[in-house]
Amino acid sequence: MAATGDVLVGERRIAARFAALKAEKRAGLITFITAGDPGHEVSLEILKALPGAGADVIELGMPFTDPMADGPAIQRANLRALKAGANMKKTLEMVRSFRAGDQATPIVLMGYYNPVHAYGVPAFLKDAKAAGVDGLIAVDVPPEEDQELALPTRAAGLSFIRLATPTTDKKRLPKVLENTSGFLYYVSLAGITGVGAPDPKTVRVSVDELRRATKLPIAVGFGIRSADQAATISAFADAAVVGSVLVDCIGETAAGGKKPAEIVASVTALTRELAGGVRRASR
Amino acid sequence: MKQIPNTFKAGPDESGHFGIYGGRFVAETLMPLILELEQAYRDAKADPKFQAEIDYYNTHYIGRPSPLYFAERLTKHLGGAKIYFKRDELNHTGAHKINNCIGQILLANRMGRKRIIAETGAGQHGVATATVAALFGLPCTVYMGATDIERQQPNVFRMKLLGAEVKPVTSGSQTLKDAMNEALRDWVTNVADTFYIIGTVAGPHPYPAMVRDFQSIIGKEAREQMQAAEGRAPDSLVACIGGGSNAMGLFYEFLDDPNVKIYGVEAAGHGVETGQHAASLTAGVPGVLHGNRTYLLQDADGQITEAHSISAGLDYPGVGPEHSWLKDAKRVTYTSITDQEALDAFQMCARLEGIIPALEPSHALGFVKKLAPTLPKDHILLMNLCGRGDKDIFNVAKALGTKL
Repeated sequence: MAATGDVLVGERRIAARFAALKAEKRAGLITFITAGDPGHEVSLEILKALPGAGADVIELGMPFTDPMADGPAIQRANLRALKAGANMKKTLEMVRSFRAGDQATPIVLMGYYNPVHAYGVPAFLKDAKAAGVDGLIAVDVPPEEDQELALPTRAAGLSFIRLATPTTDKKRLPKVLENTSGFLYYVSLAGITGVGAPDPKTVRVSVDELRRATKLPIAVGFGIRSADQAATISAFADAAVVGSVLVDCIGETAAGGKKPAEIVASVTALTRELAGGVRRASR
Repeated sequence: MKQIPNTFKAGPDESGHFGIYGGRFVAETLMPLILELEQAYRDAKADPKFQAEIDYYNTHYIGRPSPLYFAERLTKHLGGAKIYFKRDELNHTGAHKINNCIGQILLANRMGRKRIIAETGAGQHGVATATVAALFGLPCTVYMGATDIERQQPNVFRMKLLGAEVKPVTSGSQTLKDAMNEALRDWVTNVADTFYIIGTVAGPHPYPAMVRDFQSIIGKEAREQMQAAEGRAPDSLVACIGGGSNAMGLFYEFLDDPNVKIYGVEAAGHGVETGQHAASLTAGVPGVLHGNRTYLLQDADGQITEAHSISAGLDYPGVGPEHSWLKDAKRVTYTSITDQEALDAFQMCARLEGIIPALEPSHALGFVKKLAPTLPKDHILLMNLCGRGDKDIFNVAKALGTKL
């Protein structure tokens, strides 16, 4: 069979996307939305529209009642999704529908351990992989608990993407990197999502330090809300992650009683703007 | 063959697990802080000066040892086991919570932390934290669910008098679990200078073990006092369980006494069968929340469900991981008492003993009321009366339909 028929999945789909970005000599845009926010159908339409608007990788939040590391914007997104009936099965269905039309854009599920724990780790990994998920970020599963989720995830051929933070010192970094794959997510400030803005100079120094310790692509997130901020970060990072500003946009347009098509249009317009920032970054 | 451990007191292991429970399920930003805390606590524990400081404040500030009291009228009324109360409600600030707060503030001091945060449900832990923060001159922020602020006004005012800032939490169910989420968010944002005083035997390692250690003074004193009073150990122990710190404090000393029966009493709210309760050990399943694996009230999708209890201090959908382990190991029997049963026991204790208990230990009392009559008169039953009821009188009046 011709190689064109082959589809890279899991860890390899993520690697292929970062290799392509490198070839284009630009940073990537990673967009975060919460699955099922503000409702299943709209959320799926938003998800499908993201790559066309310039998203290179998609982080899809698995809704949870108690998102301890998230700020008000993503807390509200979780509650909107849950109120609209979101659950893990529907999140995986969303990925399956998306994957039917897009084989190239990596999807990383992001969230907290308990919904995965309740689903059962082996069943979750099997179903997530079958649905077309490529990687997993579990905010509350540090390297100290690797046998829980990180090792099974990697054994299943999916990336386990770890967060490094301003409190991750040189002594600890090797432990954080040990079972990390796909890319490394650098949390640019100590805090919760969507609150505060990182100082680009400090972040650059940290990213340079990380580069000396790993060959993995480095994405930077937390507090990036504008195209200009995305451009600044993209000058030295391999990808910029935006979340809170997008889910705020979803929340505000939904609360304003906008029709699904209008919500999708608002989110894609914002994504295009952010993608513009990432693409115009001088490297 | 199921292996019976030769001690129930060895936990947690090096990585903070009690069997499959416990652990360190927190965001990476907090991991270095938790490791640092673990090391600092290990060092402090080995330092006789640290223990001497705790002893000093226990004696001169908290007023320890708390009395062991033979509840003679209650014993006669129930007509069975001889009932003793360990009177931790007589501590400074009115509950057992201060035992832990003294330990943690001394540790915070050793670590050079300049700012204190805490979560609170009933407000007892908030008051105890605000108290020690005042005592050591540190600024203090207490997170409290908006619902709890409403039903625990006296404690909110107490915290403010003590100089603490009380931050209402309006997310989720607006109770203890959400207060804990918010405290964790504060901690992750203010990593450099802040010490988080967790109020119960839950949270990431080393908190469950550390809080237990600070509370275990209750059981140590009780053993000595019972020896003096009766010449032997009690036959059974009863304590209420929200997160479970007063219970671990009493139980830990006696875990390896095979003849001591141990009962933990959860809040059954309107009844476990109604779904409106806080009985995570009785009706929950293991999951991961607030840094540890433990029994949780949750739905099939792993979403945390709201707990209910008339007692704000028990209104939590989880429980300390050591209790989860003791349940599976069948060392402790966990049972539950409804709002109504607790209210009845609350009034019974006031009238028979002249002691107004908090609604939390009123649950333990509600179970004593059922258990004692089934036991012989030479059976010694020891209950932890872990808090006093001054803070609850307005709510009890409301529940009884009395206008104040």
